[in-house]
Amino acid sequence: MTPLVIVRVRPGQAPDTAGLRTLGAASILAPATVLVAGRDCQACAAEFGRRQGVARVVVADHPGLDPPFPERLAPLVADCAEGHSHLLAPADSFGRALLPRVAALLGVAMASEVTAILDGQTVICPTHAGNIHTRIRLRSRPVLLTVRTHGFAAPQPRPGAPAPLDILTPAPEVIATHPGVRLLAFHPAPAGRPELSYAERVVAGGQGLEAGGDFAPIEALADQLGAAVGATRGAVDAGLAPNDWQVGQTGKIIAPRLYIGVGLSGAIQHLAGIKDAGTIVAINHDPQAPIHKAADLALVADLYQALPEMIRLLRKLEGS
Amino acid sequence: MNILVPVKTVADPAHPARPLADGSGVDLDGIGHGLNPFDEIALEAALQLREAGQATGVLAVSVGPPSWGDGLRTALAMGADRALRVATPPHPAVPDPLTVARALAAVVRREGSRLVIAGKQSVDGEHGQTGPMLAGLLDWPQATNVARLTLTADGLEVTREVDGGLECLALPRPAVVTTELRLNRPRYASLPNILKARRKPVEEITLEALGVIPTPGREILGVTAPPMRPPGLRVASVAELLHHLEQRGLLP
Repeated sequence: MTPLVIVRVRPGQAPDTAGLRTLGAASILAPATVLVAGRDCQACAAEFGRRQGVARVVVADHPGLDPPFPERLAPLVADCAEGHSHLLAPADSFGRALLPRVAALLGVAMASEVTAILDGQTVICPTHAGNIHTRIRLRSRPVLLTVRTHGFAAPQPRPGAPAPLDILTPAPEVIATHPGVRLLAFHPAPAGRPELSYAERVVAGGQGLEAGGDFAPIEALADQLGAAVGATRGAVDAGLAPNDWQVGQTGKIIAPRLYIGVGLSGAIQHLAGIKDAGTIVAINHDPQAPIHKAADLALVADLYQALPEMIRLLRKLEGS
Repeated sequence: MNILVPVKTVADPAHPARPLADGSGVDLDGIGHGLNPFDEIALEAALQLREAGQATGVLAVSVGPPSWGDGLRTALAMGADRALRVATPPHPAVPDPLTVARALAAVVRREGSRLVIAGKQSVDGEHGQTGPMLAGLLDWPQATNVARLTLTADGLEVTREVDGGLECLALPRPAVVTTELRLNRPRYASLPNILKARRKPVEEITLEALGVIPTPGREILGVTAPPMRPPGLRVASVAELLHHLEQRGLLP
């Protein structure tokens, strides 16, 4: 049994957290092959070779694989599938677009958004906005999984020699697939805070922030706590926050140690994204808001008074 | 150009789902159902293209049990020109995504569709597989999580919501697009249109007639509720809240 892990490559960069944790999920099964396909991916491949749980690294370094369009990557992955028991990719915008396309090429079923691997064929997938845990058995080979990476740990560095590294030259017809698909532009979301998907602390805001017209109070508290910023669908729809901040069934699924939800009601689809948080804190002036029921610590208060006070007290704690 | 929109009928997402006592499935008793919200967005996008004169017809297709005819009626009431249900065997009650994608691929070929606009996921199963699987089966370009869509002379330009920002792509047609929340606000079906839709036919065809054999590759073994959290605590002040957070070691 050898799983194949497919990771996202950013040219010249080290592996991302999603890729490392997907490897962690695969190594529950057996030492894995890691497929590193993209442009300028030597650094990424070398880092995977230095991790535990890696049997082999396969590197396909080609300018035609950047950006990693599923149209080109899927046939490449399907070609590498032979000899592998499982194919795993992170359940992020990279893996979600890619792996179902690979499943179609291989003619096999797959499981999405896996949170637990019970055995080589059986997994748990949260469904119905996280209110149901579905046990799915996959009978076809290979077994294809996208995994929610917050529940899996990145493997430690390995002692001794790195894993062997094989060079794969992508077939010219793979690179030439769908030449009409072109990247016109990429508009990055504002950066500078911890990555929302993996942050220890997250402060999230909802439509309660509309009164002030922006997310400034949320961002100020987040920066005081060294936290990432999240948002509800309503806040993103209202233009208060960028799409990349959306937490919930249709946004990011997060599991920080501390989640603080401010000025948000706690809609089912938002709660779906925070069910695995360690401690859930709610700050909302409406005592009836469902978020108070979901919270471990609930404070009924006006956010425009509570947040500045919280920042002031936190600064005092810092100073003492 | 005709546009194909796959649609699914789902239980009301505003109603928290619970497992049946025996864990064999989800308790749907007394819960209303309707079109999957992402499919409504997909249908709205297709209707807008038709109204702008960029498409000639919109076909809504469901691959599933007879009860999914209800969602197709809603699609007709919203303005779809035709509705087609691909009938599936009684077991499993909900067909797996690969079977659905294969059936849709067969319908695309029969109908000569050049554009598929699908919801990015269903709000019940949440697999998000059907769109990219269909694109793979047809070997068409794909754009998932699309929040902006424009048709060009021979292709489309889209903005995708992806991790880290917004990705703008050009792709040729034919293509498969899946819809993100912010693509549009779907219209409501008016009462006269709902009444009219009742008299419109929902066409039917079987998987067999399409030459699709259901794949036994995936089996649902059972469902459970997620572990319950212990009941929470109401705190009276910001100071009390911070005290608890400090005690739990959650402050920096």
